[in-house]
Amino acid sequence: MSRRLTRKLLPHPMLSTLLVVVWCLLINDLTLGTVVFGAILGILIPISTAAYWPDRPRITHPWRLISYAMVVIWDILVANVQVAMIVLFKPNAAMSPNWVVIPLDLRTPEAITLLAGTITLTPGTVSTDLSADGRALLVHALDAPDPEAVRDEIKTRYERRLKEIFE
Amino acid sequence: MIDTVLYGAIGAVGLAQLLAMARLVRGPHTGDRILALDTMVINAIGLIILLGMILGTQIYFESALIFAMLGFVSTVALARFVLRGDIIE
Amino acid sequence: MTDILFLAEILVAVLLVIGAVFTLVGSYGLVKLDQPMKRLHAPTKASTLGVGSLLLASIVHAFAFGEGSLHELLVMAFLFVTAPISGNFIAKVHLHLQRGGKELPPPPSEERWATYSEH
Repeated sequence: MSRRLTRKLLPHPMLSTLLVVVWCLLINDLTLGTVVFGAILGILIPISTAAYWPDRPRITHPWRLISYAMVVIWDILVANVQVAMIVLFKPNAAMSPNWVVIPLDLRTPEAITLLAGTITLTPGTVSTDLSADGRALLVHALDAPDPEAVRDEIKTRYERRLKEIFE
Repeated sequence: MIDTVLYGAIGAVGLAQLLAMARLVRGPHTGDRILALDTMVINAIGLIILLGMILGTQIYFESALIFAMLGFVSTVALARFVLRGDIIE
Repeated sequence: MTDILFLAEILVAVLLVIGAVFTLVGSYGLVKLDQPMKRLHAPTKASTLGVGSLLLASIVHAFAFGEGSLHELLVMAFLFVTAPISGNFIAKVHLHLQRGGKELPPPPSEERWATYSEH
């Protein structure tokens, strides 16, 4: 009973927290009034928009998201330097741009979206398209003489971790 | 020291803006032009932030945020227009 | 106290240089690279990281020399969340304008890539 009431009042607890934080950052001030008004917004907005997103994303290991974020941030930094070097010093003819097809083990839309976003943000690869049945991701690599290596790295480094978080 | 670096950074980001504009003018495909516009919006956010640092005020923050939001929406709208021939179905 | 200010100044300067260089590299790549899909790589990421670095510099600057404020984090989070999405849309535009995508590898199943499927 009380669980259903919580579910009704707070359909998306993560979204509510995010709204409070964003409100405090927008006002740029951390006083009681700001937090209270942020909390009011954080309760009202999820309730009034609950009809548009009926399901909560299921995250089984939320703490692993933090280690995943650390890995991704580190990769963004390292790989950005690599791509800057490629752009600056490698002539166009010497690059070998390639298409890479990644068969997906992930099934939830949130996990696939996160994977695609990660692939785009780690430089050297851009996720381009999803197959119509949602079981493969088309990725373009800027300089990949060996497409299989790129595919295996993405699968072991990111997809395995995301699978642990979401399933 | 910071002032010198700030003016240097403004010069570099301004040059980046000009390069992106060259791509916007040259094309040759629609996708390149959309990409160039997107890059110009991101560079413009950098310029606004640098201007706020030089003048030492916070009042430009809102314009940077609005630039980021409008830039994203306009990129998506342009891309959707090319993909579907329509923005709102 | 002056030591901390000096360190903050150096940190701001380093972040500014990194940010400016990456922004410039992103736009230079936009001009230099010769295929539409290759061009997508430079600006969507290098520019995002560059502007992110500039925003970090602004946060450190605000904490060291004025009233501290964290709201640049909002712009940064927004840029990092939207950059992959706009990149993906532009990639789909490239695919769409190629009409058919003969040089693309086919997906493992019998389906087609979503940009070319009928609905």
